[in-house]
Amino acid sequence: MPEPTAVRGSAELAPKLEHELQLYYWMKLIRAFEERVSRLHRQNKILGGVYSGAGQEAIVTGICAPLEPGDFVAPIHRDMGVFIMRGVEPGRLMAQLMGKETGLSRGKDSFLHGGDLEHLVFGSTSMLGSSLPVAVGAALKFRMKKEKNVAVAFFGEGAASRGDVHEAMNFAGVHKLAVLFVCENNRYAYSTPLEKQMAIENVADRAPAYGFKGYVCSGNDLLAVLELSERVIARVRGGEGPALIECKTYRYRGHSEHDAALYRDKEELIEWQSRDPIPRFEYYLEKKGHDIKRIREQVDERTRDEVQQAVDFAESSPLPEPQEALEDIYAPSGAPTSGNPSTNGAR
Amino acid sequence: MESTYIKAINSALHEEMRRDENVFVMGEDVAELGGAFKATEGLLEAFGEERVIDTPISEALIVGAGIGAAVLGMRPVVEMQFADFISCAFDQIVNMAATLRYRHGGKASCPLVIRAPSGAGVHGALFHSQNPEAWFTRVPGLKVVAPATAYDAKGILKSAIRDGNPIVYFEHKRLYRSIKEDLPEGDFTVPIGVAELRKEGADLSVITYGGTLGQCIDAARIVEKEDGLSVEVLDLRTLLPLDRDAILATARKTGKVLIVHEDRLTGGIGGEVSAIITENAFEYLDGPVRRVAALDAHVAFSPPLEEFILPNTNKIVDAIRSLAAY
Ligand SMILES: Cc1ncc(C[n+]2csc(CCOP(=O)(O)OP(=O)(O)O)c2C)c(N)n1
Repeated sequence: MPEPTAVRGSAELAPKLEHELQLYYWMKLIRAFEERVSRLHRQNKILGGVYSGAGQEAIVTGICAPLEPGDFVAPIHRDMGVFIMRGVEPGRLMAQLMGKETGLSRGKDSFLHGGDLEHLVFGSTSMLGSSLPVAVGAALKFRMKKEKNVAVAFFGEGAASRGDVHEAMNFAGVHKLAVLFVCENNRYAYSTPLEKQMAIENVADRAPAYGFKGYVCSGNDLLAVLELSERVIARVRGGEGPALIECKTYRYRGHSEHDAALYRDKEELIEWQSRDPIPRFEYYLEKKGHDIKRIREQVDERTRDEVQQAVDFAESSPLPEPQEALEDIYAPSGAPTSGNPSTNGAR
Repeated sequence: MESTYIKAINSALHEEMRRDENVFVMGEDVAELGGAFKATEGLLEAFGEERVIDTPISEALIVGAGIGAAVLGMRPVVEMQFADFISCAFDQIVNMAATLRYRHGGKASCPLVIRAPSGAGVHGALFHSQNPEAWFTRVPGLKVVAPATAYDAKGILKSAIRDGNPIVYFEHKRLYRSIKEDLPEGDFTVPIGVAELRKEGADLSVITYGGTLGQCIDAARIVEKEDGLSVEVLDLRTLLPLDRDAILATARKTGKVLIVHEDRLTGGIGGEVSAIITENAFEYLDGPVRRVAALDAHVAFSPPLEEFILPNTNKIVDAIRSLAAY
C-alpha cells in the first residue's frame, strides 16, 4: 500500500505562522485541491456529490491558523481546507473522495463525512447544522476537564435556519462555553438566496440574543478574517464565553458539481470573483516587498506536486473488501474509546 | 403518453394544483429551481409564489407549517429534499401530525403529504441513500406509501393529496429516470392501502415494494426460464396500512413466501409481513417465510461495500431457489 503524501502537520503550522507566506501556501493548496476534485468529478473518478469551497479559502485559513492542536473543529461540506490545515494528509482526503480503503472512513462514506479525531476534526453528517450541538459538547468537556481549548463549528447561512443551530447557541450562551461558531455566508443555500432564508441582514445579529457577541467580516479578505479570529479565539479561550463570526463570501461553483447554478446572476459571480481572496492577498504581499511572481511560481509548483501525489496515492489505493461493509458499525464491547483523544492535545 | 417516474410525480402535482386551489407546494428549492430532482418543475410558473414556496433549511418548520395549514383546510404537499433529512422533522410527523385527529376527539384532520426521495444505488452514501420508511410504519394516524411504477407514482400521489390524513410518500430516486411507462391521459387515481399483483404464479410468492419491484420481477423471470418455477409477485404499494388480505391470499395460494425490500432487514416492514403470514396462514406454508433486505449496516459509499449491502437480482434469485427447494 502506498504511503500517504508528506505530512505537514501542526508543527509546521506553527501558532504564529512564518508567516504570511505559509498562509498564502495554505490558500493555494486548498484551492488547487478543490479544483482538482472538481476536475476528477467531471472525469467520473469520484462518484457521488462533491461540494466545492472554491472562493471561500480565506475563511478556513484565517479561522484555523490561530488554532492549537488540542482545539476541536467541526467543518462543513465546503471545508476541505480544515482537514488540510489540521494536518490530515491530502492523500487520505482524496482517497476518501474515491471511496478507497485508505480514506478517512475506509470507504464507508464520501466527501467530508469522514472525520479524523486524531487531528480533532469532527466528521459531519449531511444533516446541516447538526454538528453545532456536538461542538458545544466538546466545549463542555474542555470545561469539565479544565482544558484551555476551543471548539469551532462551521456552518452555512442556510444551515443557520435549523433548530439545532439555535439549540446549540442557546446552551453555549447559557453556560459560557468555549465555542466559536463560524458562519460562512455565501449568499445561497443551494438555489435559495439570502432574502428567502432570513429577514435580517446578518446571521451574526442573532448572537446577542443568545448572550454573546457576533462579528461580521469579509470572508474574502484573509487579513480581515485572521485579525478577527485571532482576537476572538483568544477571548473564547480565555473564558469569556462563546462567539459568532460571520464571514461574507460567495461560492464560485454550483451547489454541487451537478448544479449549473442558473439561478444566479453571471454579473454577480464576476463581481465576487474580482474580490478573490488569493490575488487580494498576493497584492498585499507584493506591497510588503515580496517578489510575488517568484513566490507564486514556487507555490504553484509545490501545490501541484502535492495534489498530484494525493491523487496518485488515492488512485493506487485499493477499494475496500465487500465484507468490510459490516465492520466499524459497533465498537468492540468493553473497549476503551480508542480513536477519541482523551487528553488535551492528543498529538 | 410516455412518462418517467419523476415526470409522473410532476404531472400529478400540476393536475392536483389545477384541480384544487387549496393544494400548495413547499420545501427547499422547490420553486425557481424546480426541486433538486425536478419534481416540482414548472409549478412556480404555473401557480406563482404563493402556492410554490421555497423555504429555508428547516425541515421541522416545513412539516409543522404544513400541519398548521392542513388543519385549516389547505392541502399542502411538502418536500424533504432527501428522505434522509426527514429525521429532522421526525417530531412534527410522529407526534404532531399523526396524533392530531386522535387528540382532537376526531374533530380535526390533517391532509398533508410529505414527499421523501429515498433509496440507494446512486452512490449517495450514508446520508443520501436511506430507506427510512420503517421508522414511520408503526405510527398510528400516519399512512405510508411507496410506489414502484410511474402509474402508481402518479395515481397514489393524487390519492394522497385527496386523502384526509398525513401521508409520507416515499419515492425511490433510482426509479426517477430509469423507468418509463405509457400513462393514460386525464385523471386517474390509485387507491391507498391496496396491494397490486404484478405477476401471477403458482410455486412461490415474492412480496415487495418500491425500489426492489423491478429486481423481483427480473428474478422471477430468470427462475421461470432457468428452473421452470412459477413465481407470483405482489407489490405492497402502501406500507401503512398493509393490505393484509392480499398478503394472506398470495401466501395461501403458493405456500412459500419471500419478502424483499431495500430497507434494512432488522425492524424492516418484512418482519411485520412475515408475522402476519405466520400468524394467519401457518397451515398453508410449505417452508419458512424468508427475507432479502439490505444488510444491517449503513449504506456505504464505496461501490464494493454498497453492492455488498444492498439487495439485487442475484441475491433474490438465490433466495427464491433455496426457498423453492423446500
Ligand atoms: C437538514 C438538511 N436539509 C437539507 C439538506 C440539503 N442541502 C445540502 S446543502 C444545502 C444548502 C446549504 O446551504 P448553506 O448552509 O448556506 O451552505 P452552503 O452550501 O451554501 O455552503 C441543502 C439544502 C441537508 N444537507 N440537510
